[in-house]
Amino acid sequence: MNMKVTLAGVEFKNPVMEASGTFGSGMEYSEFVDLNQLGAVVSKGVASVPWAGNPLPRVAETYGGMLNAIGLQNPGMDVFIERDLPFLKQFDTRVIVNVCGKSVKEYVEVVERLADEAVDMLEINISCPNVKEGGIMFGQDPKAAEAITKEVKKYAKQPIIMKLSPNVTDIKQMAKAVEAGGADVVSLINTLTGMKIDVNRRTFALGNRTGGLSGPAIKPVAVRMVYEVATAVKIPIIGMGGIMTGEDALEFILAGASAVSVGTANFHNPYATLDVLKGIEDYMKKYNVEELNSLIGAVHG
Amino acid sequence: MAKRKMTASVVCQEPLASDVFSMWIQADAIAKEASAGQFVSVYTKDGAKLLPRPISLCEVDKEQGRIRLVYRVVGQGTKEFSTYQAGESVAILGPLGNGFPLVHKKAFLIGGGIGIPPMLELSKQLQGEKQIILGYRDIRFLDEELAAYGKVYLATEDGSAGTKGNVMDAIRQNALEAEVIFACGPTPMLRAIQAYALEKGIECYLSLEERMACGIGACLGCVCQSKEVDEHSHVHNKRVCNDGPVFRAEEVEL
Repeated sequence: MNMKVTLAGVEFKNPVMEASGTFGSGMEYSEFVDLNQLGAVVSKGVASVPWAGNPLPRVAETYGGMLNAIGLQNPGMDVFIERDLPFLKQFDTRVIVNVCGKSVKEYVEVVERLADEAVDMLEINISCPNVKEGGIMFGQDPKAAEAITKEVKKYAKQPIIMKLSPNVTDIKQMAKAVEAGGADVVSLINTLTGMKIDVNRRTFALGNRTGGLSGPAIKPVAVRMVYEVATAVKIPIIGMGGIMTGEDALEFILAGASAVSVGTANFHNPYATLDVLKGIEDYMKKYNVEELNSLIGAVHG
Repeated sequence: MAKRKMTASVVCQEPLASDVFSMWIQADAIAKEASAGQFVSVYTKDGAKLLPRPISLCEVDKEQGRIRLVYRVVGQGTKEFSTYQAGESVAILGPLGNGFPLVHKKAFLIGGGIGIPPMLELSKQLQGEKQIILGYRDIRFLDEELAAYGKVYLATEDGSAGTKGNVMDAIRQNALEAEVIFACGPTPMLRAIQAYALEKGIECYLSLEERMACGIGACLGCVCQSKEVDEHSHVHNKRVCNDGPVFRAEEVEL
């Protein structure tokens, strides 16, 4: 049984990674999960300087999901490189760094700084709904998305994953735009913008008023978008959005994703990434699937 | 200090007040590691509720491998917990957080409302003179159990017992003094205790509460403001779940 997948020339031992922002830089979850078993670890968003994030409360539970508005709090690229990257390099897994910024210049600063570091891929976050500047600014306008992809590609030495927002009319257009800009991979979906009102306090449940909806409640939307994007672009897709089990992951793979990320499920079950991996293995055994690759996009016929 | 998620079983449960419940859970691996001031995350059985509920440890029985949770029913999740009968399984993650340091000096143990439970295990572990100051809106719970470990002073908002007012009123009315303070309760209470401790130069430990997701320091959902730039976050934020929930009074902005 072969679970290896290759995205933009980078080989992953299996298609299971975790979604940026739900796993810190791997350190906290390494008490629960043997990181050597994951296809990759995707870091929390890294900016050029430390970001303090949003006011509290930052999280709220919703039916079958949750809202978050962390606001990309992070210690900045220098701390990431000095502290978190050496930690991750102890493990036999791929390292993907999620990059955030408030302007093209800030994204490029991080990309340049990481160019000579032992990082396998960069995921450019142009889809965070919780920061006012940057992020989503580039993720809802195809022209801006194409332009920032081009700019980042000029400086990047690693393959570039563009992380797409579902908060658009036509995600195919966005995927085509970043492909035209030179993206090597697309990952989708980031969270859906939502709101919860605390009826007892008669105010917003989140300090930021709106937040990003994640968890199993959004999975059908995510699967549909992965399916659509798979019909629109030739570059590989990392699928995510509400994956809790191996079967959930397989929906994304069959819809066209070459790899999958487990996000909110980590909060419900700190072993979720390994459970998803095991679920995919069990499925392959059950149906005598020799090559995981043979399942990718299988519903497209 | 290994954290783990495990399926434990309920030993017994009883109501202490109209919406406050006491539940003993058989959880050997967690009880073995747990200390006063730490907490566990409790998962509901409803798959639509993804996030665990952080609940402080009221007592830890290491000999029998049990932990006691005293919690208030505030929503559907805690309502579900309150229905659990002896023998029922319950998924928990823990022990989480740092807990209280055992500083054996003349102490105030101050609990407000549902911040009172962690004071019970703490009062059992601390040696030295213990003045236990408890603040309630009206209905009291755990006060009689706490009286076995120190002198209890009560404050009630409605004046039904002890000092009419809050815990600071009780401290003033009884002219109490301490060399170390441990406190858990609503933020306005903690803020008043923090100001009092800083003004008098008393060593003081405050246990904070915040909405959490992961409970282990990864998601940065439950931060509090720190006075200095934090050495982990590199901003003025500390993680309540992992760097706390207990902080020194001079570390945090409330």
